[in-house]
Amino acid sequence: MFQETALSGQITFFQKLRSLDYILLFCLLTLGLISSLSMYSTEGGEILYHTKSHVIRFIVFFSMMLIFSFVNIKLWHSIGYIFYFVVLCLLIWASLYGVKASGSQRWVDLYFINLQPSELMKVAIIMCFAKFYHRTQIHLVNSFKNIIIPMVVLIVPILLVVSQPDLGTSILIGLSGLVVLWLSGVNAKYFIYSSLVLLISLPFVISFLKPYQKLRILTFFNPDRDPLGAGYQIIQSKIAVGSGGLSGKGFLKGTQSYLDFLPEKHTDFIFTLFSEEHGFIGSVLLLFLYAIIIYRTAKIGASARSFFGKLFCYGFASSIFIYVTVNMSMVLGLLPIVGSPLPIMSYGGSSMLATMIGFSVVMSTKIYQKQIIA
Amino acid sequence: MISGGSDTSYRKQSVVGRRMFILSAAKLVVFGGIIAQLFSLQINQNKKYLTLSDKNRLREWKLPPIRGDFQDFFGNIIAGNLKVYQLHIIPEQVENFNNLIIRVKDILELDQKTFNKIIKKKNSQKPWETLIISENLSWDQFVKINFYLHELSGVKPVLSVARSYPYNENYTHLLGYVAQASQNDLTNNDEIKKKHVPGLRVGKIGLERSLENDLIGMNGVQRYEVNAYGKRINQIDHIEGQKGKSVRLTVDTKIQQKCNELLKNRAGSISVMDIYTGDILAMHSSPSFDPNLFLYGISYENWEAIRNNPKKPLINRSITGLYPPGSTIKPIVALSALENNVISTNFKVNCSGKIEMYGQTYNCWKKKGHGVVNLRDALKVSCDTFFYEMSRRLGVDRLNETAKKFGLGNKVFNNIFNEEKAGLVPSTEWKKNALGRGWVLGETLITGIGQGYIQTTPLQLCLMTAQLANGGFRINPKVIVNKDDLTFEDIKSRMSKNLEKKIQGPDFDDALVDLGASSSKDDNLYSPLFRNQENVKFVLEAMFASTNEVRGTSYSSRIEDKKYQFAGKTGTSQVKRITEAQRELDLDISQIPYEDRDHALYIAFGPYKNPRYAMSVFIEHGGSGGSTAAPMAKKLFKVVIDRHEEREKFKQKNINFLA
Repeated sequence: MFQETALSGQITFFQKLRSLDYILLFCLLTLGLISSLSMYSTEGGEILYHTKSHVIRFIVFFSMMLIFSFVNIKLWHSIGYIFYFVVLCLLIWASLYGVKASGSQRWVDLYFINLQPSELMKVAIIMCFAKFYHRTQIHLVNSFKNIIIPMVVLIVPILLVVSQPDLGTSILIGLSGLVVLWLSGVNAKYFIYSSLVLLISLPFVISFLKPYQKLRILTFFNPDRDPLGAGYQIIQSKIAVGSGGLSGKGFLKGTQSYLDFLPEKHTDFIFTLFSEEHGFIGSVLLLFLYAIIIYRTAKIGASARSFFGKLFCYGFASSIFIYVTVNMSMVLGLLPIVGSPLPIMSYGGSSMLATMIGFSVVMSTKIYQKQIIA
Repeated sequence: MISGGSDTSYRKQSVVGRRMFILSAAKLVVFGGIIAQLFSLQINQNKKYLTLSDKNRLREWKLPPIRGDFQDFFGNIIAGNLKVYQLHIIPEQVENFNNLIIRVKDILELDQKTFNKIIKKKNSQKPWETLIISENLSWDQFVKINFYLHELSGVKPVLSVARSYPYNENYTHLLGYVAQASQNDLTNNDEIKKKHVPGLRVGKIGLERSLENDLIGMNGVQRYEVNAYGKRINQIDHIEGQKGKSVRLTVDTKIQQKCNELLKNRAGSISVMDIYTGDILAMHSSPSFDPNLFLYGISYENWEAIRNNPKKPLINRSITGLYPPGSTIKPIVALSALENNVISTNFKVNCSGKIEMYGQTYNCWKKKGHGVVNLRDALKVSCDTFFYEMSRRLGVDRLNETAKKFGLGNKVFNNIFNEEKAGLVPSTEWKKNALGRGWVLGETLITGIGQGYIQTTPLQLCLMTAQLANGGFRINPKVIVNKDDLTFEDIKSRMSKNLEKKIQGPDFDDALVDLGASSSKDDNLYSPLFRNQENVKFVLEAMFASTNEVRGTSYSSRIEDKKYQFAGKTGTSQVKRITEAQRELDLDISQIPYEDRDHALYIAFGPYKNPRYAMSVFIEHGGSGGSTAAPMAKKLFKVVIDRHEEREKFKQKNINFLA
């Protein structure tokens, strides 16, 4: 054990470079390329604002991810709580002094970027929990104290995000947190009980929802209720996907998107555009690409010696899976419309930043896979 | 913490590994679900969504169809299309509609009322539908708009066509007029519904209405790809429209105009008909109005002027005006009496100016009386006393039979005009059914002089005259020229063949007489309407006497030139029962209030030696037929006969065109 610790301290830069997961990097780059081309297509085949800033963000954040990959996993471990508290402060800041846009207050103006702290919280919560359970012994995981503390840690940011209001992101934060709790060994009965409680309290929760949120849920169950109003997005999205067929309408030829029938095509509905233009084959390939990314991330977790690294990778892989699933299910009409971006594909700096921070930690786990954190 | 030991660490690792394994299996299932949904949407339901996507992106714009023309017999356009400059806006393509419309209002100098109308129209239609700001820009306005066009994005000056009636009030009642399609038009006519575009004009009355489906034409279609906001992105398709069918009428504009001129400042109707082909050469009702007024929505002032005119210009008197025929019925009464052998041509009556029958006094129009008159004289001088006696012997039911045969009491056209009226020829049965009372014999007497229940339209009198004048044969009155119309010669030979058959086999059923080659559905067409043609000839001769012999009621309107010489019968029908006191006064026409004055009628045919045309002149409250109506017929006959040569020449020249 001592030997190994000593060894890990001595790995050279080239060894580190060699031990990067190149398949994962390649997949991320491919995804970056696909997303840039899709962004180009949303602007009707011109390089305009969205395409430009998306490409720049991808390059900047991807490079940043590569650099941060070399940060020792120990450091990531040590800043786990701090990161969470900084993001929490930013969330509070956003609630108090944030930038308002289209009816919600989600952004913090950092002068060079409008940061959306709720996106960062998606990663921060995983890091925080990974650190928490890294330190908690297995027989204490289900103790009262160790159940209550994570619950509070999870519920506070969720409430802050719900009040912005941003139902979609808060659900994603909640799911990411719960998945880490589950992985770290929290007794299954808690999950069963709490889902029962949730089910019973659902009517009360719904009564607290904003009218537009209630409308979205109603619309999900029957989109034809109001085809030009609340149901418009989902109907148009399904038309776009369905009309794509086996091989799609062709790059830059998605009529639903370039004639503006598709709402939010840069962000939440980017997959719809992709699916319209590249059809069933393209969509399945894209899904496959995400599957590889998730698999590689999980694989890195499996080979990590530190529990922090392992739990983070598993948690992060599962979060990516959740984001992809929620987004795709939503645009395909399997779930109600809640704002949820598709990782890397969707336009949005904060989401990209958060995702890349996550992958930095994953890469760092890979490089320092033999590292043991005290 | 290091003391946590490898045991707990191992247990932790195994828990997380096991749970991650379960989770991964779940992930696979979920991704499978997503793929299944993709498959369902993109493969199974691809067709459905492809259709929906096309429905989203493609939008069709129907262009207004171009209406077919009306031509007179000589091919002159009497209802056509005029190029007009219009101003269109498609509201959804305009960034700031309110600013734009105010700017347009200033440039065109629109008044507030028109402006409000436009705003109302805009709010009532879909944002991608063309909003017509002005349907008929003056040249000045058009130039002005084009000058400012660069700052009026969204405004489109358009060259379009609009209905025009070059002869203004001359053909109003015959053609009718067009105006914006109403909700009623859309529900009653599927063709209009199918072809409707904002601003479409459809026929409201007359031939414009009854021939709507032929005239309307086919819409042009422009298919555009549009974006979600309805903005046209690019044109995919353009299908040219088709102009509606042109309709050629039998009317002669020169004669029609003459009728209009003769009826100036009068209420009345003149109809002229070819007695063989049934072609209507003219049919005019007065007063008339300019149908062009209705094109862009008639102004309140104009509408009030038409509506409140006491002479009622909106009524088409020729076919919807019902009037007692007065003495113009006498030729039919005489014919009926002869045909039924009620009297012989030698039968005489002594007219003392009045006759007592059934405890009532029946007056002749001539107070002093006509003395002893026979049938020929009675027709010539229009002796009422003679006709009272003859009608009494004839009876109303036999008169009814003859009158109906010759065209009274039935619609002249087969539903070409919705508004046409059938009129009424009374019979004992009719009275019992309609009024629930028995026929009174005195009513027979006044029916015999064309008063009482009997009501006819001016065109029916014209048809009646025509069917007498051609020797007593049924003809097919028509106003539209068809390719397969029989020529004058064909008809003449058909009539003589039918006559031969009748003479050879007098018991032969009339219905079987027709040769069967006729395209008309009417099997009795061109077959004799008489039992003995001598009776018809006798009546025609008596009508000649009435016009061309001294003491004839229209002697002063005769033409001696054989080329124009015509025969006729006057009629003066009472609108009101006249009391004895009034009769004694013998007031001059100018002393009687307008609405109490008699109607003046005249029926005529000519040229007498070889008749070709029949006419009826009707002047509402015009006084006596001899003094008012007959002189008009005289003037008109000159024109009709002169135009005959033109007509024949045109037929010769266009023999192929007609065939």
